[in-house]
Amino acid sequence: MNKALVGIAKRDFSLAFRQSSELLQPLIFCLLVVSLFPLGVGPGPVTLQKISGGIIWVTAILSSLLGLERLFRDDFRDGWLEQVSLSDCSQSLAAVVKITVHWLTSFLPLLLLSPLLALFLNMTMSMYTALVLTLLIGTPLISLVGAIAVALTVGLNKGGVLLALLLLPIFTPLLIFATSAIEAASLNLPYVGQLAIIGALTLLALAFSPFATAFALKVSQH
Amino acid sequence: MWKWLHPYAKTEATYHLCEKLVPWFAWLAVLGLVVGNIWGLAFAPSDYQQGDSFRIIYIHVPSAMLSMGIYAGMAIAAFVGLVWQIKTAHMAVATMAPVGAVMTFIALFTGSIWGKPMWGTWWVWDARLTSELILLFLYLGVIALYHSFDDKQQASKAAGIIAVVGVVNLPIIHYSVEWWNTLHQGATITKFDKPSIAPEMLWPLLISLAGMACFTGYVVLRRLQSEIIRREIRRPWVIKLAEEVEGGKGAL
Repeated sequence: MNKALVGIAKRDFSLAFRQSSELLQPLIFCLLVVSLFPLGVGPGPVTLQKISGGIIWVTAILSSLLGLERLFRDDFRDGWLEQVSLSDCSQSLAAVVKITVHWLTSFLPLLLLSPLLALFLNMTMSMYTALVLTLLIGTPLISLVGAIAVALTVGLNKGGVLLALLLLPIFTPLLIFATSAIEAASLNLPYVGQLAIIGALTLLALAFSPFATAFALKVSQH
Repeated sequence: MWKWLHPYAKTEATYHLCEKLVPWFAWLAVLGLVVGNIWGLAFAPSDYQQGDSFRIIYIHVPSAMLSMGIYAGMAIAAFVGLVWQIKTAHMAVATMAPVGAVMTFIALFTGSIWGKPMWGTWWVWDARLTSELILLFLYLGVIALYHSFDDKQQASKAAGIIAVVGVVNLPIIHYSVEWWNTLHQGATITKFDKPSIAPEMLWPLLISLAGMACFTGYVVLRRLQSEIIRREIRRPWVIKLAEEVEGGKGAL
């Protein structure tokens, strides 16, 4: 069992790094969108600082939608998922492994990119700390909940916009608490409460999402 | 309760139950909407602050309450369908989603019309408005997902999963939005002082709420019937039913 899961993880890692353009494109998208904002709203450092948290988080959510399909699409097409469902490997555990690898390969690079984004938008150090913490705690939620929607739409070949329609309303609480944590940090207020709520949401998703994802995959493979 | 519910897993039984219930809902809806709206629009006293423009409450509040009620009903149906694999429950999800979306739209639209004279603007990012808007998006997601599958059985299962995910999120969205709004703009005139409503205003409101609920029930049942017919079109009982209708027309 464990061997199979480790195997899935290794396989997903090597696949992700071999298709590195798919890994990089969301990041480049993120960078581009963030650099469009100063052109759109004006380069005033005060304005930029005020809206920086919101911009980075909205961009992170949008760019994550671009990369989410990678989670199950190819495995669905080449029949890999079907083989997993036939094997004695639990599908929900396999989903957890795949989601974890997806998070490591798509959101960790975003975290590495975040200093540059913070620099572009004139964030203070305390705001940046809050940004990193919210990204660290909040982005697993995107992967976990996103997995359910990807699993549902994987057989449709028109995932893109539909995925956004399904997921963006669900991510509103995450956006609200993450940006308010950053705003609190900019005022030097404590923001542990917001982080705790984001953490609670992520844990809730961690508890339920694997089962929902496995079930959704079963529906898609019908 | 299980014994009572179990026969309705069969589509035929559900169809005939709908047929029996539809006239009740239809007449109660007509009665409730006519009495409630005429009483509310013409005879209820006008508000001391808002004058006559408050009368839109007789459409706004029932549709807003139903928009949430239908979502809850839809999620319960989805849950029943997913857990006990009941086909009719899946069909109910698909039939309720567009009705709920329309109710949400009516609530937003009338709210916006009401907001213009009262708050001086068509739209404010008030907590309630925002969560209603997100509710509309959730409905649209369910509908869009349902329509992107060709196989309707698969479609309603998928829509059911998203409906259940949405209903888990709905309270979180609601409270987060409320909290977000109070944090960002505390002292704007988003919440007008609402005195506890006078009985002569409350009664027509309750009656139009009941009328709107019965209307929703009517529409949902009719849509469920047509959904059952559409999906079971090759079943003997549907063919027999069609022949009966056809035969009746022939005799006329």
